[in-house]
Amino acid sequence: MSTRTRTWRRLLRDPQAVVTAGILLVIVALGLLAPFLAQHGPNDSDLGMVNAPAGTPGYLLGADESGRDIFSRLLHSINTSAVSALIGTGVALAVGVTAGLVGGYFGARTRGATEWLFNLVMTFPGLLLLIILMPVTGGDYRFTMLIFGVLLSPGIYRIVRNLVLGVKNELYVDAARVSGLGNTRILGRHVLSVVRGPIIIATAFLMGAAIATQSGLAFLGVGSKEIPSFGDMISSGFRNLYLAPAQFLWPSLLLGLITASLVLLGNALRDTLEGSRPKPAKVGQGQRTDVRTGPAPVAGTAALLEIRDLTIAYPGPGGESREVVRGAALRIDRGQTLGLVGESGSGKTQTAFAVLGVLPAEAVITRGSIVFEGRELVGLTDGEMRPLRGKQIAYVPQEPMSNLDPSYKVGAQLVEGVRSALGVSKQEARTRVLALLGRCGIADPPRTFDSYPHQLSGGMAQRVLIAGAVASRPKLLIADEPTTALDVTVQAEILDLLRDLQAELGMAVLLVTHNFGVVADICDHIAVMSRGEIVETGDVQKVLNDPRHEYTRTLLDAILDDTTVRTDPPPGAITEGADR
Amino acid sequence: MLAYVLRRIGAGLVLALLVTLVTFLMLSLSFGDVVRTLLGQSATPESVAAMTKQMGYDRPVLVQYGDWLLHLLRGDLGTSVYTSLPVGPSVVQRLAVTLSIIVPALLITVLLSISLGVWAATRGGVADRIAQGLSLVGYIVPGLLIAIVLVYLLAVRAKLLPATGYTPLSTDPAAWLHSITIPVIVLVIGGVANMAAQVRGRMIDELRRDYVRTLRTRGVSTTSIVVRHALRNAAGPALTVLSLEFIQMFGSALIIENVFALPGYGSYAFNASLQGDIPVIMGITVFGVLLVTVVNLGTDLANGWLNPKARLH
Amino acid sequence: MSLLDVTDLRVAFPRRGFRAKPVEVLHGVSLQVGAGETLGLVGESGSGKTTIGRTVLGLAKATAGSIRFAGREIGELSAKERRALAKDIQVVFQDPYSSLNPAMTVGDILTEPLVVQGATVRDARARVRALLDQVGLPADAADRRPAEFSGGQRQRIAIARAIAPEPKLIVCDEPVSALDLSTQALVLDLFIDIQRRTGTAYLFISHDLAVVRHISHRVAVLYRGDLIETGPAATVTSAPDHPYTRKLLVAAPVADPVEQRRRREERRRLALEGHP
Repeated sequence: MSTRTRTWRRLLRDPQAVVTAGILLVIVALGLLAPFLAQHGPNDSDLGMVNAPAGTPGYLLGADESGRDIFSRLLHSINTSAVSALIGTGVALAVGVTAGLVGGYFGARTRGATEWLFNLVMTFPGLLLLIILMPVTGGDYRFTMLIFGVLLSPGIYRIVRNLVLGVKNELYVDAARVSGLGNTRILGRHVLSVVRGPIIIATAFLMGAAIATQSGLAFLGVGSKEIPSFGDMISSGFRNLYLAPAQFLWPSLLLGLITASLVLLGNALRDTLEGSRPKPAKVGQGQRTDVRTGPAPVAGTAALLEIRDLTIAYPGPGGESREVVRGAALRIDRGQTLGLVGESGSGKTQTAFAVLGVLPAEAVITRGSIVFEGRELVGLTDGEMRPLRGKQIAYVPQEPMSNLDPSYKVGAQLVEGVRSALGVSKQEARTRVLALLGRCGIADPPRTFDSYPHQLSGGMAQRVLIAGAVASRPKLLIADEPTTALDVTVQAEILDLLRDLQAELGMAVLLVTHNFGVVADICDHIAVMSRGEIVETGDVQKVLNDPRHEYTRTLLDAILDDTTVRTDPPPGAITEGADR
Repeated sequence: MLAYVLRRIGAGLVLALLVTLVTFLMLSLSFGDVVRTLLGQSATPESVAAMTKQMGYDRPVLVQYGDWLLHLLRGDLGTSVYTSLPVGPSVVQRLAVTLSIIVPALLITVLLSISLGVWAATRGGVADRIAQGLSLVGYIVPGLLIAIVLVYLLAVRAKLLPATGYTPLSTDPAAWLHSITIPVIVLVIGGVANMAAQVRGRMIDELRRDYVRTLRTRGVSTTSIVVRHALRNAAGPALTVLSLEFIQMFGSALIIENVFALPGYGSYAFNASLQGDIPVIMGITVFGVLLVTVVNLGTDLANGWLNPKARLH
Repeated sequence: MSLLDVTDLRVAFPRRGFRAKPVEVLHGVSLQVGAGETLGLVGESGSGKTTIGRTVLGLAKATAGSIRFAGREIGELSAKERRALAKDIQVVFQDPYSSLNPAMTVGDILTEPLVVQGATVRDARARVRALLDQVGLPADAADRRPAEFSGGQRQRIAIARAIAPEPKLIVCDEPVSALDLSTQALVLDLFIDIQRRTGTAYLFISHDLAVVRHISHRVAVLYRGDLIETGPAATVTSAPDHPYTRKLLVAAPVADPVEQRRRREERRRLALEGHP
């Protein structure tokens, strides 16, 4: 209940929602009060009043080509539009939601049938169909809107079906089923609650579409001339455009106002109910920095990478900034392997991204310096970072699949990277990539080279990514949880590969991980990170055997070691164990 | 691949059969009215019965449909009840007019939408707000109003372009260009409003994906990331929207043809429906379904080419 | 007689595409879970361990074999009979984010199954307070939504939901894999603590031998749809018979560089011997 009231309150605070909803309410009220506000009926024609100008007594906005009161027709047109919107939207929602729930929730066969049916409806030009069926509908706008509602329903069906399919795979629906809930209850309680918001949003747009279509048809002259409607008024105004342009203006303005309000209301609802969607950022801009105190002068250091006082902040929901990395300091020498360990949210990945210069657009480096081979990286533009990336500093990601472009063959992607980093010919890049794929433990390099990412297993994809990273013999390899998504046995092989490559190429490795075992396996140094701060650094052997910081000690204690085996017997064993 | 295309064409034929059957069945409800309209108000019941028999409307509906279908298979769509002109050539001629507006409009829509959408998604800030504002205006103002306002401004006031009428391309290319300009602008405004927003949204999503970050860490240029990778991946979903947009434009063309007095497919359908000219309505339906099938097949094939995963099925 | 008795279980999933042959993911698995016992089920991705759990829960269908619970065949139950079984068999899933409906309050999440099973709303509410207390959450948690809790706390909520009807068996599908190291140990202790108090049995599925060793009485190892080794936890997880289990054991890195080097060498030696 509380979130629902909260949503309402947020909507009421959104000027766009309040203004558009207000305008629509006023317009609907005007329509309902039409019989009382207008002095003439919408179809009362007075031949003495033909094309009477606005302001004529009794004819506030003048009269049209047949001497009918424009003001009265305008108000009555509102009702026609409202009824059209209600019928069209009502039918679309009833058909679309029901079919969407059924098609999404039940098996693939049911879905196949609904899918086929709605694709059929969707692909037909709606307005044309309404015209073709005119001999059947007789042009009655209510009947027409009924059919139009069916024609609109595929949009709703798709929204609902997609949401339901998404929800169906959520574990909480499985959990509800295990809890003994029946299908109807699950649909009503767990599924409909997710679908509600998007449906409310779609309704606003549907109403706009129904009103615009009804007006279009009336403009064409479909249906009874007795029914006052914007389309009919616009059509009559259009014919009179040279004589009395104002006649065209009034219905157009009101129709425009209604459809615009509905669309803008829909947008406002979407922003409130679904949250604001990601805003685009300038591509190729480089990381944002806001370092006021200039970087400290670099002493003649032998370190390959030296991070000092690095602070990264994100804007919070209320505009305040939230620091995810606070004054981090790190140092990696040439050929050294450093394990950066921490739990989720500790800022370890953000630190790694900052070195690569690929922090998300919202992130800002507010303090500190990152010096690579004596060069300050903080404040470099994307263009200045590019020559370093791939060639000097390379990256192996955590999740192998999502880090390959699904549309290109693996080989083409690697070749592009090698050519960008080293500027070699296509043929040379290809030879190099093939050799590397073999080196990274891929059994049939030419075949993998010509495969698409979805044809590879997770372990293979990770080998491909490692090959891509080390292709240009970088001086520093940043590996962000490179084995977390993999099975233990595959993890062991990938760690072996990384260790061998590191020895072969003499590169330094910054290994981001949450797993102390991985650190013990491959790293010579370790840095422990907690809540954005690096709390302890040192030699792996020393830190693991004799942690200084309390946090490190807590983490190490939490490891389930080899020796703890459960010893207490099952409670039921006393009574039932004898039978077994 | 060939098997796939054949299967899709087969499905299209089934669809055509179904849609024409349903249309025919629904239209058969109004056959009586058609005869009465033809003979006028003063017709006697006897003459109505005679006419009904002469036109074959007294036979069972399914038999009539079968008869129509047999003729169709021989390439004969019949003749108009009112003008006695053969339906097939008339529809083709009308379709040519409509396509000569829609195809240019669609091409311009694609070019503008991609430019605007990519520009908004890769620049952000002011560029994004401008692009979104433009889409919104195109979206909230009904096409009908845009059409009339443009006619008023460009034709009536400025006298730059003809307000109405159509000149075939083969007669006079310059006059053809003049006659389609305003209709195309109207269609483009509506189309871009929708498409550009789609392209923008897809591009924003793609640019936030993991593989984009990984490509950046390999030193791949920004242009390549935006055009070769992100746009390519965004193209599939955008293409589906485009195919719907194309079909949507046929609907919009109906109103536009009316405003600009163009002798197109839509106005042909409209007049036929108004008169209850059954053979013409059926002919229009057949071509409508054909068009839909071709567009969908084209979309699916293009999607298969764009998306390697879809190629398998 | 065991509480859960799975015999020769086979499961095959249909493949996409026309006339594609179904893929069999379980090729005749037999296992038993005694009352109050924890059976740890270990395997890598694709081994079929999750499918076993889902079949026992009735979320996937067996193609052959039998699943008996307390002596009664439950493989072919009607929807209604299956729902009635909710009192006896419960679940805790891996992902604490997706397993709780984000739109519902914790209180609603926990009362719903109780009410479905016939409790009055009032009783259910009172019971929820007790449940939250049992899993170490504050009583005011009932009014909040899942998004306001951390991963470990969410998993406690999921555990509370599972123990609510006092089931005889809880299927735990990787319940601590998504949790941070320090949280993992606490949640495992909670599982053990609950078992000691209530006597519920666990079918505990995990890819992590260390986790399984910590909580299980007996351990079964699954490899590509076949059960290759079953035995007491101590034996299977420290001196396994089967070469695959041994490989699994030495592949898991330990947080001690010296010991890890020794394991690495042992792993290489095993690989040279040429086992799977």
